[in-house]
Amino acid sequence: MHSVNLLITGVGGQGVVLASDILAEVALVNGYDVKKTDTLGMAQRGGSVVTNLRIGEKLASPLIGEGETDILLAFEKLEAARWSPYLKQGSVSIVSNQVVPPLTVSLGKENYPSDDDIVRLLQGFGSEVIILDGPQLAWELGNSKVLNVLMLGALSTRLPFPFENWQKVIEERLPTKIVDINIKAFICGKEAILRKAT
Amino acid sequence: MKKLLSGNEAIAYGAYHAGIRVAAAYPGTPSTEILENLARYKDIHAQWSTNEKVAFEVALGACYAGVRTLVSMKHVGLNVAADPFMAASVTGVRGGLVVVSADDPGIHSSQGEQDNRYYAIFAKVPMLEPSDSQEAYDMMPLAFEISERFDTPVMLRSTTRVSHAKTVVDINRERPSKLPEAVFRREMSKFVALPVNARRRQLLALQRMEKLAEYAESCSLNYIIRGSQELGIIASGIAFNYAREIFPEASFLKLGMSYPLPKKLIGCFAQEVKRLIVVEELEPFLEEQIKAMGLTVEGKSFVPRSGELSSGLLRTVAQKNGLLPLTENKPLALLADDLQNLPKRPPLLCPGCPHTGLFFILSSYGLRKGGADGSELGPVITGDIGCYTLAAYPCLSAMDTCACMGAGIGEALGMEKAGLKNKLVAVIGDSTFLHSGITSLLNAVYNKSSITVVVLDNRTTAMTGHQQHPGTGFTAQGEPAMAVDIVALAKSCGVANASEVSAFDIRALRMAVKEAINNPELVVLVVRGDCAAIARKKIEPMFVEQEKCVNCGVCLSLGCAALQKGNQKTQINAQLCNGCTLCQQLCSPQAIKPLHAQEGLNA
Repeated sequence: MHSVNLLITGVGGQGVVLASDILAEVALVNGYDVKKTDTLGMAQRGGSVVTNLRIGEKLASPLIGEGETDILLAFEKLEAARWSPYLKQGSVSIVSNQVVPPLTVSLGKENYPSDDDIVRLLQGFGSEVIILDGPQLAWELGNSKVLNVLMLGALSTRLPFPFENWQKVIEERLPTKIVDINIKAFICGKEAILRKAT
Repeated sequence: MKKLLSGNEAIAYGAYHAGIRVAAAYPGTPSTEILENLARYKDIHAQWSTNEKVAFEVALGACYAGVRTLVSMKHVGLNVAADPFMAASVTGVRGGLVVVSADDPGIHSSQGEQDNRYYAIFAKVPMLEPSDSQEAYDMMPLAFEISERFDTPVMLRSTTRVSHAKTVVDINRERPSKLPEAVFRREMSKFVALPVNARRRQLLALQRMEKLAEYAESCSLNYIIRGSQELGIIASGIAFNYAREIFPEASFLKLGMSYPLPKKLIGCFAQEVKRLIVVEELEPFLEEQIKAMGLTVEGKSFVPRSGELSSGLLRTVAQKNGLLPLTENKPLALLADDLQNLPKRPPLLCPGCPHTGLFFILSSYGLRKGGADGSELGPVITGDIGCYTLAAYPCLSAMDTCACMGAGIGEALGMEKAGLKNKLVAVIGDSTFLHSGITSLLNAVYNKSSITVVVLDNRTTAMTGHQQHPGTGFTAQGEPAMAVDIVALAKSCGVANASEVSAFDIRALRMAVKEAINNPELVVLVVRGDCAAIARKKIEPMFVEQEKCVNCGVCLSLGCAALQKGNQKTQINAQLCNGCTLCQQLCSPQAIKPLHAQEGLNA
């Protein structure tokens, strides 16, 4: 693996930072250089959040520029579309089928983009688009809070890290009582992507 | 041992391994996690101080007592602490003193952008600038050695992308097992900044800077990376990494110690390369000093002077300036309109936030609307820094000013004394009130004011991630402590009308606000309710009984993210709802109920 630039996007409170922490640790365990930077502070309060995460042999900048992202992992559809200019030709976007309307949409002042609009933007910037029914899958597992780890499972199909290393980091990072459900979620996300591929 | 650490975690690790005994700070993005991490070590004293000035004075005392000490703050925090900072430059130190200033280029979570590197010139102190977490960790012991050797505070300047980026760190040191005990050796000519002493020490500070400039020439933090002679780049801090990313072939002069400058080294480097540029974030701090040396150098002629720098931005401006070949982002030109049309998502007060009810009432209070000439007819609401500043956004639109920590009380008083006829309400958070509101309140009482001061008491420092303060009952290190009674504190400042009201009881809150605003005397109203981000998951969410909802939209005007307009009627997102019941209290058709009532309906 030469180097991979990832953007993880969502809405404050969706677990973007925890998911990116786990991914960064897994990359480190696999012996790579890692640089990662999150949205913190005021912007976290229900606002648009993004994590820049780079994995490679030796990296300089922690930030990813426009047209430089290999993989976009989006926990919310509008937040996938918003970051589309950062996608590279030949990239992949894994998007959770989740809508969190911004306040202006709730108040009827702006319109939430249609699925077609979102896919057109992502594809327009040269990305393969995989929409994953994340909320439904998490609901079936009986815990909506596992969505972030479920998305990591989906992402894992595009990265050369063995399952044992993901498992090890998830066990280290999460409280013992929620480890099992999160491992299940991880496998569920992974299988959901593999099903789509066949 | 290799670990993935944020710059702030690395600074904390580095300071701990450098043998600090005391650390003090006031929370502020992007500096907060430094003290949070230090607080975990039980063999040092780490404290949240009431404000940055106090934190600095605590650190100064500890270093006078001969122990290594760290004080950390955000960029604007150093403005608050500027008085003791300047004084520390005059008196010098005993134990090493490192001052961490974390700047916020791009204003992610601040009231302004400022380049605190100028403080190093202003205060005549040396400055180190790490570019990543490894450097932050490695610089720390050196920073203390410089401080002790040259008898000066040392500034370590970080920025958001250093403090908050996680990078790999080789943790290859340990904390010394034997550290000097605290001893105070009296030295009147040093520690007592009487004019006669200060005059002499001012000259010593100038001599110190000359010695430090000599030291900078051979300091291991300043080094040349030889690449192509066509382009030479001088850079420090995070800008160095952006430049390395974009110009991998160029020659570099990396300045880890960026004040005072190693002028001979810079002169040598300039001679080695054909074109010399400085890549720096914010102000032309290095560039102007290098130009003053008589060298030809470019920098701010194409690198922006405000906003956060990034590798992507640097590539764009380098292309425009002919340093790199042009590339075209064709999709961007085609899809720009679609991108423009995407709804924005600014930050909001959280669902269940104890500030929402108060601002909802203020936003609808009396005649809060503009006159024909644009003047405000209703109450003017002066505020300051905290989550509650978000109430300035529509639909609440209930904050009219925000300048700096604690400013609202003084501003309201100033407006009153200017003769403004509007009712005046100063709104301030509990942590902010204890940071810099008490003296302003005392001043308002002393100067016979009749403003209303609302203290939003959520018993935490919420915006920076829930740090303890003197009102919470716990220290930074988790020890039980006294919890100040804000009502009693206000009374002791001479406020006769000070009382507390629940943040979640709309009727009581409305009455209390009305009484306070109409009271001809100064009133302090403490609005008490736990921060939603702490109280979360304890309370049952609400739902909207669709048959009963008349779509009046009153609940939506709370600006709560959990309330969402569905296809026809309003709905509540049960995952986001914290069950604060504000919307239920406002719903006249009684369509909003706790979730268990729905289960009853379905059964």
